[in-house]
Amino acid sequence: MDYFIELFCSGLTRGSIYALIALGYTMVYGIIGLINFAHGEIYMIGAFTSFIVATVLSIYGFPLAAIVVVAGVAAAIWSSAYGYTVEKIAYKPLRHAPRLAPLISAIGMSILLQNYVLLAQTSDFLPFPELIPEFAFMEPIAHIIGSSDIVILLTTTVVMLALTFLIKFTRIGKAMRATAQDRTMALLVGINVDRVISATFIIGSALAAIGGLLIASHIGQINFAIGFIAGIKAFTAAVLGGIVYSGSCSGEPDSGPDRKFCHRLYFQ
Amino acid sequence: MFFNWRKKVKLKMRTNPLVTAAAVALVTMLPIAGLAGDTIKIGVAGAHSGDLASYGLPTVNAAKLVVDELNAKGGVNGKKVELLIEDDACKPEIATNSATKLVSQGVDAVIGHICSGATKSALPIYKAAGVILISPSATNPELTQSGDYPNFFRTIASDDMQAKAEVDYALNALGVKKIAVIHDKGDYGKGLAEFAKGFIEKSGKGEVVLFEGVTPGAVDYSAIVQKIRQAKADAVIFGGYHPEASKIVSMMRKKRMDTVFLSDDGVKDDTFIKVAGKDAEGVYATGPQDNSKNPVAQVAIAAHKKAYNSDPGAFYESAYSAALAIMNAIEKADSTEIAAVTKALRTENVETPVGNIHFDEKGDAVGVGFAMYQVKNGKYVEVK
Repeated sequence: MDYFIELFCSGLTRGSIYALIALGYTMVYGIIGLINFAHGEIYMIGAFTSFIVATVLSIYGFPLAAIVVVAGVAAAIWSSAYGYTVEKIAYKPLRHAPRLAPLISAIGMSILLQNYVLLAQTSDFLPFPELIPEFAFMEPIAHIIGSSDIVILLTTTVVMLALTFLIKFTRIGKAMRATAQDRTMALLVGINVDRVISATFIIGSALAAIGGLLIASHIGQINFAIGFIAGIKAFTAAVLGGIVYSGSCSGEPDSGPDRKFCHRLYFQ
Repeated sequence: MFFNWRKKVKLKMRTNPLVTAAAVALVTMLPIAGLAGDTIKIGVAGAHSGDLASYGLPTVNAAKLVVDELNAKGGVNGKKVELLIEDDACKPEIATNSATKLVSQGVDAVIGHICSGATKSALPIYKAAGVILISPSATNPELTQSGDYPNFFRTIASDDMQAKAEVDYALNALGVKKIAVIHDKGDYGKGLAEFAKGFIEKSGKGEVVLFEGVTPGAVDYSAIVQKIRQAKADAVIFGGYHPEASKIVSMMRKKRMDTVFLSDDGVKDDTFIKVAGKDAEGVYATGPQDNSKNPVAQVAIAAHKKAYNSDPGAFYESAYSAALAIMNAIEKADSTEIAAVTKALRTENVETPVGNIHFDEKGDAVGVGFAMYQVKNGKYVEVK
């Protein structure tokens, strides 16, 4: 039974991690039908940004809570800028091209960003500071579920609720749903489709950046290549959870423990 | 691309005869310079980029230092030594390219490759071309013990000796009974893990409670950590490299497990301590013997500090030894011809940072072994 609970908890955590990244995939796929392979790289850039900001802030002796918030916000903004730019450079010119063309350009973007970080930073693994502290009240059950697992679970839940609210009840959410259903028709009724697509990339990238911060702090190390595998796994989660976007993001949370058990059954 | 370039040259040929003359001169001169044969060409191949670059770059430094010193003294047998450096990123598929490139540039011997998998895939190319390969770090036993590669030598002991050192230490010095053997599915890690499993079973003193592989580069390793706990292992023997080791150790400590962690020279690297931080404390790893008392090693390390203003990295000493050994053999053989150099490597002893060595029939260095180290206060310290 203990074993089951342990597996269940770490399955939930892992599922939440992938869900945070998978949301970005799903949103983009839903709206422009593109599998954004550069998304994992955006996540990696988020992790690196928060690493740099957190290191600088901790040198100046800021309290941990301030570091987490500032690093998170900085990473989200920086990654959003990357997501926005990638869309403008690599996908927008190909909006009316055959479907394979933007896919190839997405893979190209992924390789470009990876190597850019490799050259700008380092090829080595870097020790990521422990941004999520070990809570004292968690100590009795620390062998089953850690503090960072709890924080990841809570953050993912909050982010998903916020996103559901955004999609269902706000103006931009309505515009997104409309664009997802029929882009031409959305244009005809006066929705600025380009702006909606940009917004999608910005939101997805910000989520990936938050994921980057949480996961890097959970695992404790980063390097330039972490985005690739995380991206592939999140993509799997997105497919299993249902990549077709219909205004809610209920698909992903289920895939956590499922994925974990499947993984154990079939791959190990 | 190529066609465009040719077109441009043709265009210029019509317009500017001077450029034509220069181009013709360039094209015809290059091969002459290449064929002159007034240098001894030594290739240096290994991981110089990617996440295992920290294993490969010290070898480049070592080779440069040895060769610079020789050239300053007038070279070997009156010829200058020239280094050709090729990156294989520790990937077998890239290593074959590096090997082909080095062979086509006419190397006389190669120092490398660094990783066992890359070495294995590159060896047949060197064998066919009659090029000697001397590796400072490829520890896969097959490479020498299969007898397939008479052109292969190494200045580091093979994995079975390393696995034996780990198992002996775990069973005898630490007295553990239940051991989980984990590996990274690679040539090096899995090979080592299989040897460790074999030695544990043969000893009769311990029991292998878990034998499993993990996928390198995965996001987290909580599943394998839970399995280790479930198996109630007292110790973990891990075959693989430091990126996976540090994640597994950190995850174990995070789950409040104090299971002993033993690993290999793929983990005995300061990057491991840097990344795992406080979780690295107490981890055991085997590595080449401590040679700090050896005067040749002291000279080699001092040279590195002088030239690069830093401490040498992983496999520096064995790489320095490999470079000394091959240069010594070429000098004693007074030739770069493979049979003569092979004979010299096997018969002529040479003073190196890893000791006074020569090579046996299979290509392993005689007089090189492993020692056990433990992380104490952020440093690897030798334990007895």
